Amino acid sequence: MKKITIPISDEAIRELKVGDSVLLSGVMLTGRDAVHKWMNDTFITKKRQPVGDDLEVFEAIKPILDGGIIYHCGPVVSGVETGDYKFVAAGPTTSIREEPYQALVMEHFNIKGVIGKGGMGAKTLKGCQDTPAVYFHAIGGAASLIAQCVQKVLAVHKLDFGVPEAIWVIDVKDFLVVVTMDSHGGSQHAVVEEKSQKVLDGLIKNS
Amino acid sequence: MQDLTQEILELVRRTSTDLPPDVEAKLRASYADEEDGSAAQGALDTILKNVELARKNSTPICQDTGTPLFYVHYPEGNSTRKIKKMIQDAVVEATRLNYLRPNSVNAITGKNTGDNTGDDHYPTIHFEEVDQDQPLTIELMLKGGGCENVGAQYTLPNTEMGAGRDLAGVRKVVLDAVHQAQGRGCAPGILGVAIGGDRSSSYLASKETLLGEIGEENPNPELNAMEKQITEEANQMGVGPMGFGGKTTVLDTKIKGLHRLPASYFVSVSYMCWAYRRRKMTVKGSEVIYD
Repeated sequence: MKKITIPISDEAIRELKVGDSVLLSGVMLTGRDAVHKWMNDTFITKKRQPVGDDLEVFEAIKPILDGGIIYHCGPVVSGVETGDYKFVAAGPTTSIREEPYQALVMEHFNIKGVIGKGGMGAKTLKGCQDTPAVYFHAIGGAASLIAQCVQKVLAVHKLDFGVPEAIWVIDVKDFLVVVTMDSHGGSQHAVVEEKSQKVLDGLIKNS
Repeated sequence: MQDLTQEILELVRRTSTDLPPDVEAKLRASYADEEDGSAAQGALDTILKNVELARKNSTPICQDTGTPLFYVHYPEGNSTRKIKKMIQDAVVEATRLNYLRPNSVNAITGKNTGDNTGDDHYPTIHFEEVDQDQPLTIELMLKGGGCENVGAQYTLPNTEMGAGRDLAGVRKVVLDAVHQAQGRGCAPGILGVAIGGDRSSSYLASKETLLGEIGEENPNPELNAMEKQITEEANQMGVGPMGFGGKTTVLDTKIKGLHRLPASYFVSVSYMCWAYRRRKMTVKGSEVIYD
């Protein structure tokens, strides 16, 4: 099994292929629906003006995302009242909802990997080839186990989005993921979908 | 009536952290079925390790602790208003103790209430009255957003799939729902299917079927046979755990027939993820029994 430490080089990304199991270590961010929309609207399409701490947060996350990873995750966190944060449960959320934004966000911030579940579509796959980047699949629902890889919560931004939607800066060790979309146009999700479509067609036609 | 807030809190804790034995046994059997060294088997291995760890540490199996769906059977004379208050208080306390994630977001403002307080429908509580000599029972299901999002409702006939207004048509659209879901509902899943009803009663009944155990026989022989057939055919599709490909896509199928209007023929599919969290408590006098 490969071990990869964040930040990740383009060369290391190009070496990864669909099916590779990887243990990831280093500092990454969580970000899901609200965060992707906020990134897109404020800094990419600039549909809205930055307000409040937007610019400050942007400057804080930029260096972490450059060569880094965004994790589609809405964790259960203890110590929210005291600020002594600890991840209690932290599995991946379904990634496809970020399909409209993901490629743009990857290219804008030079993100090398997205961790999530369920895979993503053609637009993101193209983004993986161009950036380059890969999609890492974590095991959905394995929340208590994954939380154990989180060594430390380093910071939190946009807590007003709510605990699940905030940007959590975490230091992880040996986070087990599988490459299911690579930077060469390979997608396990496209393969499985096509195969299952054929079986479905057969089952439906013959009755 | 007696205050059951602490007992309901314990029900929430158990539901969130301790996967029911029938589900775990089915996942273990699926692990054995998958090819050694495959991604599918690896996914199930991680899932089973997580189930054990969550139980040991009393932490949520999945961080998406879902919509809390309560099903209450109360003896005649009990106050549903008081039971509702106890459930709401227990949910807030369970959130404070991190058995539940703060999951209640105002759809208009986007604000998360932070403590799982919500509105008349959140948490969701269904009440049903029983005879005075019957015990009070509270069942809880936690259904995450990933699997809820891949649920589907069809109206028959469906020209595209050649699905008519009969059980053969139902079979086709349910298989389509499994294909559409791919791994996005955290496969392997459990299918709750309702045929008939109106749009809302149909979805409601499709979820209620999920309160039954895995492998439970349907009393209607025709539906029983179709449940087995759909499970088997869904597994032929090869979506596999997490959508990685593999033999285990669906763990079980449960079907219920309802009455419908002559004009409507709904088929509602509620997809439950592998983290099939449901628990029951029974109150007999001062004694509380957890299943």
